[in-house]
Order: sequence, then structure tokens, then C-alpha cells
Amino acid sequence: MADERRGFPGRGMLKGLWVTLDTMFKTIFVPGKHLRTVNYPKVKETPVPRARGVIALDQEACTVCMLCARQCPDWCIYIEGHKEEQAPETPGGRIKVRATLDRFDIDYALCMYCGICVEVCPFDALFWSPEYEYSEEKMGAMLHDKDRLQDWLHTVPKAPGLEP
Amino acid sequence: MTIDHDTLRHMSEASVSVELETAEMTLNIGPQHPSTHGVLRLVARVDGERVHDVRPVIGYMHRGYEKLSEVRSYPQITALLNRIDWVSGYANEIPFMVATEKLMEIEVPERAQYIRLILTEMARISSHMVFMASYPLELGAATPLFFALRERERVLDLLESVTGGRFHPNFNRIGGVKPIAGAGPTQKKTPQDLPAGFLMETREAMDQILHAADQLEDLVAGNEIILARTKGIGVLPLEVAAAFGVSGPNLRASGAAFDLRKVDDYLPYDRFDFDVPTGANGDCWDRWWVRLQEIRQSARIISQAIEGIPSGPLQAKVPKVIKVPAGETYVRAENPKGEMGYYLVSDGGQGPYRLKIRSASFSNLSILPWILEGVLVPDIIAIMGSLDFVLGDVDR
Amino acid sequence: MPEVVLDLFSNFWVSLVGKILLVALMIPLIGMVIGFAEMKLSAKMQNRVGPYFAGGRWGWAQLIADGVKFFQKEDLIPTDADRPVFKTAPIWVLVGTVALFVVIPFGPDLIFRDLDVGIFYALAISSLSTIGVLVAGWSSANKYSLMGGLRAAGQLIAYELPLILAVVGSVILAGTMSMTGIVEAQIESGYPYVIFQFVGFAIFMIAALAELTRIPFDMPIAESELVMGYLTEYSGFRFLFFFLAEFANMFTMSAIAATLFLGGYWLPGLAESQLAYLGPIVLMAKVFVLVFVMIWFRWTFPRFRQDQLQSLAWKWLIPLALLNILVTATFKVLL
Repeated sequence: MADERRGFPGRGMLKGLWVTLDTMFKTIFVPGKHLRTVNYPKVKETPVPRARGVIALDQEACTVCMLCARQCPDWCIYIEGHKEEQAPETPGGRIKVRATLDRFDIDYALCMYCGICVEVCPFDALFWSPEYEYSEEKMGAMLHDKDRLQDWLHTVPKAPGLEP
Repeated sequence: MTIDHDTLRHMSEASVSVELETAEMTLNIGPQHPSTHGVLRLVARVDGERVHDVRPVIGYMHRGYEKLSEVRSYPQITALLNRIDWVSGYANEIPFMVATEKLMEIEVPERAQYIRLILTEMARISSHMVFMASYPLELGAATPLFFALRERERVLDLLESVTGGRFHPNFNRIGGVKPIAGAGPTQKKTPQDLPAGFLMETREAMDQILHAADQLEDLVAGNEIILARTKGIGVLPLEVAAAFGVSGPNLRASGAAFDLRKVDDYLPYDRFDFDVPTGANGDCWDRWWVRLQEIRQSARIISQAIEGIPSGPLQAKVPKVIKVPAGETYVRAENPKGEMGYYLVSDGGQGPYRLKIRSASFSNLSILPWILEGVLVPDIIAIMGSLDFVLGDVDR
Repeated sequence: MPEVVLDLFSNFWVSLVGKILLVALMIPLIGMVIGFAEMKLSAKMQNRVGPYFAGGRWGWAQLIADGVKFFQKEDLIPTDADRPVFKTAPIWVLVGTVALFVVIPFGPDLIFRDLDVGIFYALAISSLSTIGVLVAGWSSANKYSLMGGLRAAGQLIAYELPLILAVVGSVILAGTMSMTGIVEAQIESGYPYVIFQFVGFAIFMIAALAELTRIPFDMPIAESELVMGYLTEYSGFRFLFFFLAEFANMFTMSAIAATLFLGGYWLPGLAESQLAYLGPIVLMAKVFVLVFVMIWFRWTFPRFRQDQLQSLAWKWLIPLALLNILVTATFKVLL
């Protein structure tokens, strides 16, 4: 089954010493292949397109249906809206009533990055973006309001191609 | 040298010598400690270096999962479950999914089952790599930590490219895996299928992982100091393991070739060819060895699975709002830590009536008072590390 | 000008102050260089880079930054600790290390004091550190520290014997205990003593690792079990003393090993006149090779359990060392 004790005494230790020495020389002389760390923040790795970094909001598409706020397991989305009347497109037409957002906050101090809100939105107003560098010094600043969420929209990547 | 348990117990009762009276000391290997895999407290009564008895105190990490499950709906619970055993995130969701699908009597499409299987085996490699990293570190060797975590990064990158999350994928849905998601306001929703390049990257990663397993074996397995620290230490006989409900690699190291992947059919494991490694003595070295072999077997399963993924839908037809008909079922699966089971009682609503979680680490931890009687203080660390439990799994 | 300086230094007191200043300067410098080497080498063995940002691309200022950091920390002493003993423990350890510098020969005349009983003095003084470690563990009012201190006491005392016995073989071959005398004897015989004393050399290096409480013998510190063993309650500059003492001790033990077994400041091809200025470089090179081996061992191996450590010392190293002495003495008499 496991024949770990073959050979002369000390063989296991010598093999271990060889592994460490070999790794050391390879890391010093062939760093391209063997150095496995990057010097953040001078060098940054790009995350994959599907990585869950931050949630972006498209305010135009949102109809204040409150589904995301209801389905969030942490209840970290705060939404307030009101109904606005819009002028009819043609004179004498029907007055359209549209719901507009007053407030759409996601509290990233509570968010657990599960993605239920993104999935459940029937109007495609929420998207994932791989941006992750938004740490703050105060907990209160982790609450992103709707304009900040709108700003994240330009970082949403194209979907990766799929396996054939 | 090997000492059996009865001799150890004798030695713990004997005093050091006739004239020397040594006092007993209560040592609190407290919740904050470098080696207790989380917030575990051990109240140990020691006499010098010899342990008389150990009482584990758990509950420092109780998060109320079972109560949470009563007030959340099924999709929300799926997002929470992978945080129970956070080291092997994806594998925690699987038995719950299978239980719900069993009650709803849905058939999961083939492609979704294959994807679930591949991701579960990747989670197994990830969990065992954490063990490979942390166990030699507890014994004092610092280098295997970096080698094992370096390889684990490959698997986590693959998981991230498919699901978007490294540790908490949240990729399962009732009836399959996640089907479509948005990608930008000007783009159509796309299926969250395997991204381009995944199969090739997986093949390469599996080769690298097999190579890394060889490297870890060279560095750790034959090392005389490791053998002296782990051979014959913490011997767990098979009857005792079965009596305490120990499962997973710990049970297999004691000699039983019992693997739920071969016994139950929650995922299509019967289509793949893999061995179930067992150990001869049930000591700490065998538990390490079994996990190393399991990494190799998981790489083997993944290599076979990616060659034959069928095409098809990713999710069965399920209603938008999930309501599970009334009933109860128990589904168990082979988690990397052992046997994880969910006992689901449903009353027809949007969330379960009761979800009982049978976690592997809780039963694995329960043998600590038996196995730690009469050992030396450094052996406490060696044995605890070899059982590979995670406090999130113990306390839920 | 040079005559004035030499005259000044021939005054006993001036040269004494000069020597003390030199040693005081060398200890932190050597400690920092070896510490930095350890950080970088261990990083390369683990596919990492090591210190990178402090001081530009090579990160050479990392240990200076660490030193400053330790110095400006709060001086914490536990309430129940034995205050005078707690405060003096690091000093014991540092004294045991610094006093070893006196007898290391950097060149034919470059030695702080060429004692006739050089190696005897070195081994005796290095035992002072044992007291420091034991009282550090005892006075910390912490069960973990106590266990670490007791383990340290057992280990350090057990490994004193192999250390001393391993040296005896070299002393027999040289015929003198003075450090410069041993190097001179190796120059005369034409080969470094390691060729015949390889057993003694191996035992000395193993015992030196145990005296330094480095992995694989670091049960007293045992980071993953006892948090930091006898060092748990030490923070700030007291910890810095222990830290510095460990690295400086690595240097002195390697220097003694290089002198006794590898030929010290001499290399087989060098002439006598070159030794005066090439000698220190040769010794430093040998010391760094040995320090590299110590670092290599630390990052490859796990640690021994206490009873295994003790049985290694008493059942294996001491009989081997005694056998070594027997064989060496027999050959010395016969040949």
C-alpha cells in the first residue's frame, strides 16, 4: 500500500531537502514559470469576467418592483420610489405613470455576494462586475447609493464565450 | 513505537516515579490558538507533558443555520449553505439540492449533473489541499503550506471562471445549475455555461495537481521526522470509529472501504472509474495518506468527466416561485470532511419547515476525548490536525 | 598619521573601548543580514519573493524597519510576572551570545582576545543562554511559557553534551584549545579537519541547531502549539533582544564550526601573507554556507517531539560522539 520507508535511513529527509533546494533555484533563475506571487499593488491580476466583485445598477431599467430587496437573504438593499406622471407622447393621449427611484442603496458591509438580486430582477437592471477595490475606512461608506451603483456600470464586462 | 490505547491509559494513571510527586495542571488550549482549526476550546488536564483528559468546548461559532433555514426561502438557503464548511464550499449545497429535487420529483438534466460532479470534485481537491497545507504546518514544516496553496489556487481559479465565486459559488439551483444571467444593459442574457477554454484549462490543472501531489509526497511522506510524529499516534480502531459515527477519510484510514460516492446515487459517480483509498492502521499518517490519494482520485474523476460532458439544458423546468410539496426526506453525500446529510421536512411552503444538518466534523470531533487520553501535549496538535474538522461545520 | 593611530590603539583602554564598540556594532548588523537572508531564501524556497517594498526593489531595509517597529512598541509586562527576572532574561541570552564573539578568529591576528582555552571558554559561556531561556519561561506567569521554558531547559541541557564531545575530536587533532592555534594546526597539516572528523562535524551542527532552538528542534518555541513558548509574553524591544540573539548565535555557532572543522580563515591555496586581509572574507563565506544550511533545514523539516528529541541526544549523539573521541585519540596516538 504505502511503501514510505524504503531505502536507507534519512532518505526521506534528503528527498525533502532536494525538493526545497530545487524550488529555490527554479524560483530564482526561472521566475516567469515558478514565481507564483504578484507584487500587489504594483502589479494586479485581472479577475475573470464572471467574478463577483460589485453590483452595478441601471437606473433606466429599474421599475421599483422591489423583488431584489425582498429576495436578498441579508436585507441589504434599501429601495424607495415614487410614482411620476409623464406627459403623453401625442397630445390627447393617455397619461403614463412611471415609477422612479428615490433611493437604491446596497450596503456592501452586509452583502454576501450571493447574486440572488441580480438573478431575480425581471428587468435586467442589476449586473455583476469584477471590480473589487472599493474598501473604505468607515463602515458607513460601504453603503453605495444609486449614483455610485450607476457608475459601476461601465466596468461590467462582456460575457465570456462558452464552450462549444 | 506503537502503543495501543490500553497501555496509554495505564501510563496516564501512573506517576512519573516513586519519589517525585507532580501536580496536575489545567491547560486551556483556548478558543484563540494557532492550531485549533477555528474557535475550539480544549480544557486539558495535563501532568507535565502527559494528558490525563481533554474536554472540548464548542459552540463559539454557532450561527443558527437550522433556525435561519426556517425563515428563508429555498433559493436564499442555497446561498447560505456553502458557508457551513467554508473550505469545501460547493460540496455543501449538493445534498440539499438533491433532497429538494427528490421531494419535488424533478429530474436533473445530464449536463447539469456532470457539471455538479466536476465542481464537487474540485471542491474536494480544494479542501484536501487545505489539509495538506495546514497539517505539516502544525507539525512545524512551513513549506508544504505554500506548495499546497499554490496548487489550490489553480482549482479556485477554475471554480471562479465558471461560477464567479471561489469559496462560495452559489451555482446550484433547484433542478440543475444556474442557467442564465445578465451581462450588461446592452447585451442579451447569456447562459452561465462552462466558459470557453475551461476544458483545456481543467486538463492542464489536473496534470499540475498530480505533479504537485507527487511533490508533496516527496517532501512530506517519507520524511523521518513526520513518520516519527505521526506513525502510531492517534490510532483509531475501526469499531470505535464506527461507534462514534466518524466518516469520510478518517473512517477510511481505519480500514473501511466505505465511500458514499459508491453507495448512494446522488450524482452519477457510477459512470467513472476510481478507487477508494484505505489505510492500514488508522493512525495520523494513514489519515494524511488517504487524503493525498483522494486528491489523485479526484483528479482522475475530473479528467474522465470532462471528456464526456453531454450537451443539453442546464436546468429542469421549475416554476419561478419554488414551493416544495409536503413531505420529508434525508439525503446524504460524501463531503470532503465526511458524510454530510440534510433532513428536510417540508410543509408545502416557500421555505422548509425544518432543515436538520448532519455535519461531518461534529461527529469526527466527538472522538477527541477518547483518542486524546494519555497522549503527550504535542500529540494533541498532531491528532487534532489529522482529523481535519472545521469549526463552521461543527457548530453550524 | 598611521603611527599616531597605532600608538593610540596600543593604549589598552582605547583598544578596549574600540573592541567593545566594534562588537556592539557587529551584533545588530550581522543579525540583520542573516535575518534578511532567511526571509529572502525561505521565500524563494516557497515560490515567493520575500521582502520587496522596504528600501526599494530588494527590500533590504525590511529588518531595519522591523527593528524600529519593535523599539517603539509598548513595554508590556504581565501583572503576575516576576518583574526583575522578566526584565533580565533577554540580557542573559544576549550576553551568552555576545561573549562568544571574543574568541572568533577572523584572521591570523584579527581576534578580539586569543585565549589559551578559547574553545573551552566558548562552550562554557554559551551555556549562559540556557539560564536566560529558563527564567524567561518561568517568570512570564503563563502556563504556555512555563511549558516552553521547561522544554527548553531539558533540551538545551541535553544537547550541551554532544556539542562539547563533538569538539573534543578536533581539539585532540590540533593539540591545543586556543582558536587561532586550531586554525594554525589545520594550516600545518594541510587539510581541514572535517575530512576525518565528519562525524564530529555532523554532531556539532545538529547540536548547534538544538542549542539555537531552531526547527527541527524548536519544541520550546513550537509556534503552532504553544503560541510562542517561552517568548509568548515578550513584546517590543525585549523580543528584539531574543530575536537578535538567535541570529547572532547562528553566526557564532557557524563561525566556531567553520574554525574547528572547515579551516577557519584559511583556504588551501592561500599564502600566509594573504591571510591577513583575505582571512575575514574566507571565514564569512564559510559561515554563510553553514547559515544557509541551517536556513534550508529550518524550512524543510517539521519539528521533533520532546521525547524523540531527548532520545536522539542521549541514545544516539552522545554514544556516537564518545566513539568519535575514542577513534580519534587512538589514531592520534598510533600515527
